[in-house]
Amino acid sequence: MEIKDVENLANLSRIELSEEEKQEILKDMKGILEYVKVVEGVQVEDTKPEYNLRNVWRDDEIIPREFSHELITEQFPASQDGFLKVKKIL
Amino acid sequence: MIDIAKLTIAEARKKLDAKEFSAVDLAQAYLDEIKKKNKELNAYLEIFDDVLEQAKEVDARIAKGESYPLLGIPMAIKDVILIKGRRVSAASKILENYRATYDATVITKLKKQGAVFLGRTNMDEFAMGGSTENSAFGPTRNPHDTRRVSGGSSGGSVAAVASNMALGALGSDTGGSVREPASFCGIVGMKPTYGRVSRYGLIAMGSSLDCIGSIAKNTEDAKIIYDAIYGHDILDSTSIEDTTYAKPQIKKVIGVPWDLVNMEGVDVKVKENFKQSISKLENLGFKINDISIKNIDMALATYYIIMPAESSTNLSRFDGMRYGLHKDGKDLLEDYRLTKRAGFGKEVRRRILLGTYVLSSGYYDAYYGKAQIARSALKEEFAKAFKDVDIVATPTAPFVAWKIGEKSDPLSVYLADIFTITANMVGIPAISIPSGFSEVEGKKLPLGIQFMAPHGAEDLLFEVGKKFETVL
Repeated sequence: MEIKDVENLANLSRIELSEEEKQEILKDMKGILEYVKVVEGVQVEDTKPEYNLRNVWRDDEIIPREFSHELITEQFPASQDGFLKVKKIL
Repeated sequence: MIDIAKLTIAEARKKLDAKEFSAVDLAQAYLDEIKKKNKELNAYLEIFDDVLEQAKEVDARIAKGESYPLLGIPMAIKDVILIKGRRVSAASKILENYRATYDATVITKLKKQGAVFLGRTNMDEFAMGGSTENSAFGPTRNPHDTRRVSGGSSGGSVAAVASNMALGALGSDTGGSVREPASFCGIVGMKPTYGRVSRYGLIAMGSSLDCIGSIAKNTEDAKIIYDAIYGHDILDSTSIEDTTYAKPQIKKVIGVPWDLVNMEGVDVKVKENFKQSISKLENLGFKINDISIKNIDMALATYYIIMPAESSTNLSRFDGMRYGLHKDGKDLLEDYRLTKRAGFGKEVRRRILLGTYVLSSGYYDAYYGKAQIARSALKEEFAKAFKDVDIVATPTAPFVAWKIGEKSDPLSVYLADIFTITANMVGIPAISIPSGFSEVEGKKLPLGIQFMAPHGAEDLLFEVGKKFETVL
């Protein structure tokens, strides 16, 4: 891993990092990746990854739930006419 | 005067029902204690301003003849569980002024019983850490030695109960976050089977690992809290039914993975104390089996791939658009970047980047794919072990609580989870019970023993825990 990899990851994660922070994270990441690398040596015979997935169904009924419209909308950082306001995307 | 130092939930229930004291008296006693101690310990991030009103309502319910195990019991709630209308921040700047818009299912259940919520407790930011040092609002101190950490991530909840600032508490446990602080502070912490307690309204970290657990002074109280919060919930699709797992046959055998316990990095005093605990269990009539769990030494590495992968995914929702902190930049992208930079602390950023890395194309198979296989293998190994033993016992943590600021290398902190993460990886229930003390620099620092049981066998943990407490 190099500094440009850290920059790429920060970019993908949408986190701004200072030069100093990049250096520090690079050092930490190297140490952690070195440690977690032992999984490469995991000894398993015929073990498949098990994701324990199952479908959870319910009847398509309307069940009223208590939600506070006011609590939700008053936390919008920016709003207009009761709608959430964000910057232009395209 | 109520003697809160000796009070348990079970006793408080009897005394409230017998009108020896009122819920208001009890709540006031805890508020007084909080006033005395919280400034130094920093266990609570916020004391609710309506505690006495809550208690008054409870007294009215008691007067009407109502009684529930938790009616009028003053409790602390980790700052990661939503209570409608109240602030909840996951100890992060990014959610500092966020107000919950609904009740978590566990809160709905506690409200029904009439528990009194004292406040929200400190934790490692987004539950990422084992010491509460990663809180954006300062570390929680250990009541046994205030120079030391309380453990984490549920350090605030645990320190509150250990210092009599609450009678019981809720925490969350992704890799040991209820059990490790319980061990460090000398009380009981319990993590249920994955899916047993609804996570609706719990701020997510690692979704295949997260559980809500109970924190109390003794096993009986931990069971009372657990009994109040477990159960299937339609609002959590990972929730299990009572019948999901078959009841295991009791063999009165405890398995100990001595290879793991004896490995390098485990404190000599921890090993000694654990050996003594095992002899006590033998005296109680349990047979002790030396068991070997293949690949258990890889569990920690596996965990530090899967957990960051899941948390980086979960935390991507905090973008400053709909709630929480918002920093304004020149365009939408810069808004995101500045908000996340200002909002997330160091450890959170580290885990987001690590998770992004192990999930990225080219590395996915080598890290995340391998980790999933290792996790499945570990599950199979535990299933095999539980054919011969009822319980697997280990120390809860490899060392006592460390001094605040002492561990600067993230890896050395991660090692604190070595015994606890397996229960999360496998999805089984586990409990930490106080097992004695280790004297360090003139202070008696608590130690804990961990019991793990098969899926769905929480009751077995409480049973063994109660027996163990009689010989402590």
